[in-house]
Amino acid sequence: MTIENERAHLLKALRKNVRYDGRKTDEYRPIEILYNISKNAEGSASIKLGDTQVLAGVKFEIDKPFSDTPDEGILMVNVELSPMASPEFESGPPDNWSIELARVVDRGIRESKVVDFKDLCITPGEKVWMVNVDIVALNDSGNLLDACSLAAIAAIKNALFPEIVDGNIDYHKKSKKGLKLKDIPLSVTVHKVGEFYIVDPLSEEEKLTNARLTVATKKDGTICALQKGECATLNEKDIEAMVDLATSKAEELRKLL
Amino acid sequence: MMAYTKRIDGRDFKELRPMEAKVGVIPRADGSAYFKIGGTAAYAAVYGPRTSFPRFLQNPKSGVLRCTYTMMPFSGAGDRVRPGPNRRSKEISMVTEKALIPVLDLEDFPNSVIDVFISLPETDAGSRCAGITAAALALADAGIPMKDFVSAVALGRVDDKLVVDLCYDEEAYEGGPVADIPIAMTQRSKEITLLQMDGEISKKDLLKLVELAKDATDKIHEKQVSALKEKFLREGFKNDN
Amino acid sequence: MSEIKVENKQVVIPGEELASGLDFVPSGAAFRENEKIFSKRVGLTSIDGRVIKVIPLAGAYVPNTNDVIIGKISDILLSGWRINLFSAYDGVLNIKDAVNEFIRKGEDLTKFFEIGDWVVTKVTNVTSQKLVDLSTRGPGLRKLDQGRILRVSPYKVPRIIGKQGSMVNMIKDNTNTQITVGQNGVIWISGEPEMEVVVGELIKTIEENSHTSGLTERVKGLLEKKLGKEIKV
Repeated sequence: MTIENERAHLLKALRKNVRYDGRKTDEYRPIEILYNISKNAEGSASIKLGDTQVLAGVKFEIDKPFSDTPDEGILMVNVELSPMASPEFESGPPDNWSIELARVVDRGIRESKVVDFKDLCITPGEKVWMVNVDIVALNDSGNLLDACSLAAIAAIKNALFPEIVDGNIDYHKKSKKGLKLKDIPLSVTVHKVGEFYIVDPLSEEEKLTNARLTVATKKDGTICALQKGECATLNEKDIEAMVDLATSKAEELRKLL
Repeated sequence: MMAYTKRIDGRDFKELRPMEAKVGVIPRADGSAYFKIGGTAAYAAVYGPRTSFPRFLQNPKSGVLRCTYTMMPFSGAGDRVRPGPNRRSKEISMVTEKALIPVLDLEDFPNSVIDVFISLPETDAGSRCAGITAAALALADAGIPMKDFVSAVALGRVDDKLVVDLCYDEEAYEGGPVADIPIAMTQRSKEITLLQMDGEISKKDLLKLVELAKDATDKIHEKQVSALKEKFLREGFKNDN
Repeated sequence: MSEIKVENKQVVIPGEELASGLDFVPSGAAFRENEKIFSKRVGLTSIDGRVIKVIPLAGAYVPNTNDVIIGKISDILLSGWRINLFSAYDGVLNIKDAVNEFIRKGEDLTKFFEIGDWVVTKVTNVTSQKLVDLSTRGPGLRKLDQGRILRVSPYKVPRIIGKQGSMVNMIKDNTNTQITVGQNGVIWISGEPEMEVVVGELIKTIEENSHTSGLTERVKGLLEKKLGKEIKV
């Protein structure tokens, strides 16, 4: 029973629209969103998709702006695949998968211009807010990408600026001012296996899929980031179907935030 | 000179902060635990016994314990913590190993490694102790043989008072001398497996604190026990401990 | 003074005192230190006269001779295959223990087992350094067909199998699903998709309630509920 056999067995189940945990192809596992999971972060959230769990936190810093955007703040998105989360993750510098994850999550947020960067300016050319969003995977039971994307937005939504006292940040004082979110971009990854499209795969399903397409969409359905992964090809019909599925799922997820 | 008459957070001098302990929180791991004391929380995940890489770490007579301690970037009260190992986290990883090794019985697992990953989402002093406490719990959850149980807590001195379970504000107290002493003890014999100190203290006070640590680690141990029994006990089963 | 400090079928944890006195004999995960007996793992006590045993409730699979286990081919060697046993130790299956036919030197071994194949195999020998020898010659030992792999703690396997197979057979017969349970906690199932989901849920229930009494009745009740009909055991 090699991987082709394992895939054939999964396809047999998908033909009856019964996945390995009984879900339909377009269903997500139970989702749990908790805010303020770290009192020291300026904003934080925990996301569970079934057993998959990630934590995200926002920390503000003050820094010099980039020279080509002197009146804009900076947003940094970082993903850590902690070796706690899976026997396949190792300690050490990020590997290709964790870099891809981080960049895909970052693009989804950055390209949608969810945060008003001009709003983050303190003194043009000298001081701007730097917003650090750090996402840490706690348990990988499949679909880390979507969990990370959801966690990042939840933490950003939860964040409150710290007060500035005498020109320095006083982390002990949180202001009432949050980050003005202009939109709620969410990434949904659709996987193709055989002739089927599934969302929110379990780890055992995830390793059998042929190709995946991560689609980040804004509230009005505009696509703001795309990433195709894995080795099989996709045709236009696939793209259209996967984008449609991702968009409608993102709408459902958005309601939970 | 003002004496430290009342604790910053209102506790009694020997009182520990509220605690929470849970096991099985990371399903993919072989064993896992979450331990929180006041504003300091730690996750621990155990993978193993598993094949040891690199090979040269292998011990043909026994399994080997390897601990890796990290703080999540958003866990600190001030600046963001830059991801990646640093000297402090490497040191804590090492003392954590030394705190747990004395009770482990790994003879049945030659040439293998037991990895313990500890990561903290929020910190308010006592972080290495919370990490050790969570790690011991996770090892028990994973079924790793241990002849005794290890519990850890930070005690110390703030000005003229001996205190149990310092919070960050006490560690940083500027009104007088401070000593911050993380201790880990075995449950049965109350032997010390971790002892460090920052600050200054007299020998007399140190010995008093070691005595106080016995009671304090008992209280930590109670939480560890109830976390394990909560998972391994099911309804319809008679066991009232 | 001789004294047993725990009851029978009690959940105990590492370092917990079970008895004091030299009359008692520790077994399983119980050990003696001077006058007292303690547990070194989370487990269930089993007291039989003077023998105080602790049956572990969690832990890794340790290979034992004659265990029938399920593994995955991870490498092709010069004269056999390496098999991942989902423990700290891999196993080696030599050609002579794998097939009944004569194999010429240099023959392509992948026509028997390929990397990624799942096999039901028997442990024939374990050295002190935990080198494990395997065999697939014998009843029930084989390469597995299309199906699904589930994993449970090895210490739950006896409950999943049941006395003389009573538990696993009840599930197999009433869901029409093939089920092979490896002592290493690796389980292979194959049947109709809806029934596989049911089997997965039942196995999870057994795992989470493995040491409660009346488990068979409870699983039977769940099975009846999911199938919507009464079953005869």
